[in-house]
Amino acid sequence: MKYGIVIVSHSVKIADGVKDLISEAAPSLSITVAGGTDENAIGSSLEKIQKAFDENIGDEILAFYDLGSSKMNLEMFMEMTDKVVHKYDVALVEGAYTAATLAEIDSPLETIENSLKPLIIK
Amino acid sequence: MKIELNDAEKWINLFVDKLEKNKAELNELDTAIGDGDHGTNMDRGAKAVKDAFAKKTPVDLSELFKTTAFAMIQKVGGASGPLYGTAFLDMSKAAKDNDDLSALVQIGADGIKRRGQSDVKMKTMIDVWQPIADDLKQGPLTDQQVTDALESTKDMVATKGRASYLEEKSAGHLDPGSQSSAYLFESLIEVIGG
Ligand SMILES: [Mg+2]
Repeated sequence: MKYGIVIVSHSVKIADGVKDLISEAAPSLSITVAGGTDENAIGSSLEKIQKAFDENIGDEILAFYDLGSSKMNLEMFMEMTDKVVHKYDVALVEGAYTAATLAEIDSPLETIENSLKPLIIK
Repeated sequence: MKIELNDAEKWINLFVDKLEKNKAELNELDTAIGDGDHGTNMDRGAKAVKDAFAKKTPVDLSELFKTTAFAMIQKVGGASGPLYGTAFLDMSKAAKDNDDLSALVQIGADGIKRRGQSDVKMKTMIDVWQPIADDLKQGPLTDQQVTDALESTKDMVATKGRASYLEEKSAGHLDPGSQSSAYLFESLIEVIGG
């Protein structure tokens, strides 16, 4: 599979919820999540992020996050990994939904990124 | 000046002691302009660093900073985890062939800037790290320099981090990350002398 999606959120429920939502639009896509800290509290965990990327079967990953430390941990992971990761500074729900919908029908990256542009908020 | 492994080890141990001792104070500062967990987060990191040192004594400067970095990254939880983690990880990489203290602290400061996409005057820990890195290039560090850097964050309006959501209301409070960073450099002075 060309693209997979990884969701990084401060909250377990947000991460799982976004996955539930976008899976409807992209039932065949590999979507993995890293929500909350290792203790499932509010926060982010590099270990969970690593796991989400390990479990994802996409050749390249489209990554979405919510707030500050999710982004920082995601970027720290990106400096450590050999995987191709595209990180988008967009509204989490709308961005992930847009990307999932387009990746599901094998849209090229350029198309996906053009559709994400208006959703950049951070 | 060069930093030796045994001094660096004392430095980090004093730092994590201070984090544990001042957990309530850091929480209080973070309650004013954040979510009140900086002390709890750093205390968790401090205990993780102690555990890691107890499990395996670092054999060189690079390993010492790396162990510190991973304990912080894994256990701190908030934004300070990746920030301190990146600082110590970058210092660890550099320490493989560089044991100059002021160079290492500047590398740590640069790592925090990269990770947080931040710079001075944004009311973040950079407002301690960068002036201290500059002071260290000039000569021995003093407690006054650390205090001055920390106090400079009080009147700043935050433009990065959670406190930035408060806009003008963030002024009048010390930045919690700057306070924990001040503990780091006060610990350094206790080891190498002012
Ligand atoms: Mg906090």
